[in-house]
Amino acid sequence: MQNFEYIAPESAIAAAQALSPKPGLTAVLAGGTDLLSLMKERVETPTRVVSLRNVAGLRGVSKQGGGLRIGAMATVQDLLDSKAAAGYASLLQAARGITAPQVRAMGTVAGDLLQRPRCWYYRNGYGLLAMHDGKALVPSGENRYHAILGNKGPAYFVSASSLAPALISLGAQVTVAGPEGERSMAVSDLFQIPSSASERENTLEPNEIVTEITVPSASGWKTGTYEVRQRQLLDWPLVTASVALRMRGNRVSDARVVLGHVAPIPWRSSEAETALNGQAANESSGEAAGKAAVAAATPLSQNEAKVHLATIAVKRAVAMAG
Amino acid sequence: MSSKNPTDGPACGLDQEPRKGFSRRTFIEGVGIGAGAVGAIGTAEPARADTHEPVGPDPVAITLNINGKSHELKVEPRVTLIDALRNRLDLTGAKKVCDRATCGACTVMVDGDPVYSCTMLAIEAQGRRIETIEGISTEDSMHPVQAQFVEHDAQQCGFCTPGLVMAGKAIVDSNPQPTMADVESGLSGNICRCGTYVGVRKAVYDAARA
Repeated sequence: MQNFEYIAPESAIAAAQALSPKPGLTAVLAGGTDLLSLMKERVETPTRVVSLRNVAGLRGVSKQGGGLRIGAMATVQDLLDSKAAAGYASLLQAARGITAPQVRAMGTVAGDLLQRPRCWYYRNGYGLLAMHDGKALVPSGENRYHAILGNKGPAYFVSASSLAPALISLGAQVTVAGPEGERSMAVSDLFQIPSSASERENTLEPNEIVTEITVPSASGWKTGTYEVRQRQLLDWPLVTASVALRMRGNRVSDARVVLGHVAPIPWRSSEAETALNGQAANESSGEAAGKAAVAAATPLSQNEAKVHLATIAVKRAVAMAG
Repeated sequence: MSSKNPTDGPACGLDQEPRKGFSRRTFIEGVGIGAGAVGAIGTAEPARADTHEPVGPDPVAITLNINGKSHELKVEPRVTLIDALRNRLDLTGAKKVCDRATCGACTVMVDGDPVYSCTMLAIEAQGRRIETIEGISTEDSMHPVQAQFVEHDAQQCGFCTPGLVMAGKAIVDSNPQPTMADVESGLSGNICRCGTYVGVRKAVYDAARA
């Protein structure tokens, strides 16, 4: 990897101030499971790496108010071990999908949200939009793991986060520190579909860092995550769905359905939510929701199977929640 | 996968040179000087890491606590823990294979957790308790996981074995009665090309109960 200077500040603001406002010059290091591989491939070539290891207050998973606070340096294992997270079934089911104990011990929850796409064109240096000589490589290339929704171009990759669909369905917020202070936003607002090569898949400024994720109480919600996988262990899922259902009697009064690995962002499906609202949560309403979620899907040349898998993921996530 | 840039220096390369009467460490350092990679020799005391001022890209003095012993060394910030262990400290038990946090051959324990040492910077491992395959047994007695690997003939070429043993140790350290599903999940971050999984799983399962 290209050599760099290293700094490990003790406050979030100092860390943000150590970062460049220009993209690509500096990088934030938390667990490192994604960043170091990108640097070895020279997809990322920062001249300065800003480590969060000494920043005070970023560790731990704890109760906060009626909800949950996940510090930016809290690992996936910290989340799984936390008693405070016990009521968040869909989040823990998604975290259990990250199987390698080494990745659980090193990788952070915030890092799962901010990991770069697994698109093999991107990982091989063709950029987030996978362009070569002015031509988009994905539509006519190897696209079986690429997007089936939100893929009108120029972006075709899928969001790599396993935890974002669950966090978004739970209404989680993220706090971000920049050189001048902090701001908060919904986790869903952390993600964007890039419309040009100058944009990334997240909305952070290059000199902003995530400091914590907060999740409101899940009391009164039935939640579930289902992952469709090629390998049961180690690999990223093909498609995931997380649902959160508020019930009135035995009917769904408020449904949230978010799919993962189907679009360049975690994909909230209002169509699936409409299909569930007012219904009992069961196999037939789950299947209807799954079909609604992919009604507008536009599969690429090799990934029509993902349309079917997404239907199944939603149906089974509803079953997990019910 | 992009090719290695020659300016990466020997500390980032594979360890392919045979041992012929000189230690790997001496050899590597010799090559390092030849390639101009050791910038701090003969200059002022290098900066300490862990300050809130930037350090590097020249070599930085760091201290690593490995198998209960303190080691002082100078590394560029980009040097990973596996490269520091293998190329600088002659602890060649952990293996560098995929170098991309996937195969598990480089697994060591840090503060009691199994980690991929290829994907942790050496500078970031300071102040943490590092345990490598060299530290889990003595001349006279193997660790129970190692003993059960022998019992179950749980290796073929053996290149993945140190990483699998460390991952197995992490399982038995945290769970005295793992189920076979616990063992499979705990070993899911390690790949064996020879396919010794059946023996490895039995070895770890039995080691927990030994």
